Amino acid sequence: MKLKLPRPPSPGEVFDKVRESEAWRSIFRPGSVFRKGYKDTQRDRALAAMNNVLYHLHPVKLKRHGLKLTYTFCLGGLSFFLFILLTVTGIYLMFFYRPAAELAAGQAYQDIETIRNSVVFGDMVRNIHRWGAHLMVITVFLHMGRVFYTGAYKPPREFNWVVGVILLLVTLLLAFSGYLLPWDQLSFWAFTVGTSFGQYSPPGIGPEVQFILLGGAEVGGETLLRWYVLHVLALPFVITIFLAVHFWRIRKDGGISGPL
Amino acid sequence: MVEFAENLNPETFNRVLNELLEQGVSRRVAEGRARRVAMVEYNREHGEEEAAPAAAAPSAGAGDGEAAAPAAATAPAAPAAPAGAPVAPAAVPGAIVVAPPPAAPLVAPPPTGKVPSAKPGAPDKHRLLALVPPEGVQRVEREQGDRVNTFPHLLIQELLSLIIVTAALIVFSTFVNAPLRELANPNLTPNPSKAPWYFLGLQELLRYFHPMVAGVIVPTLFFGLLFVLPYADRNPSSKPGDRKLAIVLFTMLLMFFMILTIIGAFFRGPGFNFVWPWSDGVFFDL
Repeated sequence: MKLKLPRPPSPGEVFDKVRESEAWRSIFRPGSVFRKGYKDTQRDRALAAMNNVLYHLHPVKLKRHGLKLTYTFCLGGLSFFLFILLTVTGIYLMFFYRPAAELAAGQAYQDIETIRNSVVFGDMVRNIHRWGAHLMVITVFLHMGRVFYTGAYKPPREFNWVVGVILLLVTLLLAFSGYLLPWDQLSFWAFTVGTSFGQYSPPGIGPEVQFILLGGAEVGGETLLRWYVLHVLALPFVITIFLAVHFWRIRKDGGISGPL
Repeated sequence: MVEFAENLNPETFNRVLNELLEQGVSRRVAEGRARRVAMVEYNREHGEEEAAPAAAAPSAGAGDGEAAAPAAATAPAAPAAPAGAPVAPAAVPGAIVVAPPPAAPLVAPPPTGKVPSAKPGAPDKHRLLALVPPEGVQRVEREQGDRVNTFPHLLIQELLSLIIVTAALIVFSTFVNAPLRELANPNLTPNPSKAPWYFLGLQELLRYFHPMVAGVIVPTLFFGLLFVLPYADRNPSSKPGDRKLAIVLFTMLLMFFMILTIIGAFFRGPGFNFVWPWSDGVFFDL
């Protein structure tokens, strides 16, 4: 007697079944390009934007001139992307770094040496983090220039310019605080120069603020710990809040400015 | 001819309605548009002060009439029309219009301190949507403009730009190592000691001015100016040709700091004294 076995399903059929499953459909909302039945129509293109988490950042449609590379040079988007890249590389570096200056002949410095010599991709990740940070300062500056020269700070976008200036300040603080962490001669003395302005500010404010920021009269172990916490926790928290406001206001103020 | 209980100009209404119907516009839409034009016409003839209370009235009860049929055009306004509202306005030119008494200001009842309980017999649903006749809707007409879909056009561009930047960063990081000098030593000041490059402009200023000016007043002024810029610049145009002054001033400010930074980075050597980078070397680390 011949037993008739059912034909095993082809990979395509399996994939179709997966895409029809309840779990898949609960993850990818209608309009998602990964959902079954996505068609390249106006409607599905609109839904792909609207039913996506990116809808927080982008409208369904934008003015055509906003696509022009020479209008924005992608500077704002790249600044945000660099922030994400710096967060990812920074988290990796945090696994191998201890912000202690006085332990074991400069524990922080020893950890940087370890990152450079022993950690898998350590040197690479540190390089990306360092150069990416400089690049982010540059892109944020250039973004400000772009916004000025296209007059994008004019009503109704005045307040978003102010938020942008705050973001520029926090970016500078993030870069500056990170500069101290390697705890080598370069970072130590750059920081000493950079914070020496405090003692000249109005008496009663400047020296006190400087004392709080340095955790002492001069740059030392306390300073390193303080600026490490600022660098990896406090300032990223602040910048994230202001980034959210910045992006929300872009959409509320009518999206991309212009055309000129 | 339809009798008009609303403050419409009947001739205009019929004329526009017929025109639209001849163009093949559906009757419901045509009626709405004609009514709007007729209302505008009526208000123009009778002065604007009548417009506000009278225009608001028909929208209150007109839901059914609008949905039902074109013939019902007369029905809606009757129950809601305020006393003295002109019926068939064309027939009573110069009639005295009694202005409604000024409404008492709406004041919320004083707090009782108790959460009010539901009224007995109240329906457990409330309406979220109501049908509003076309003239009750504020029409905002805005140019759609030349727009493109974010997906895929913008997203592709963003993806490409970030891939390019990531690739460039990885290649750069492969060949150029981030600087790392010897362990920090508070007793050994390197010569020169320079701030990070974004503060080098200020350090350069420190050579010319009192530290209070270079380190506190100038940066405070700089960011203060940036903060008030959008409120100080009252020029509404964003065309470069219309804002020469702003562009010149801003460019000068940027150039000022850029030149200071370049001098501080490349033209300052031991003791923060002037050097030529091509003969004496570069004393600058990123």
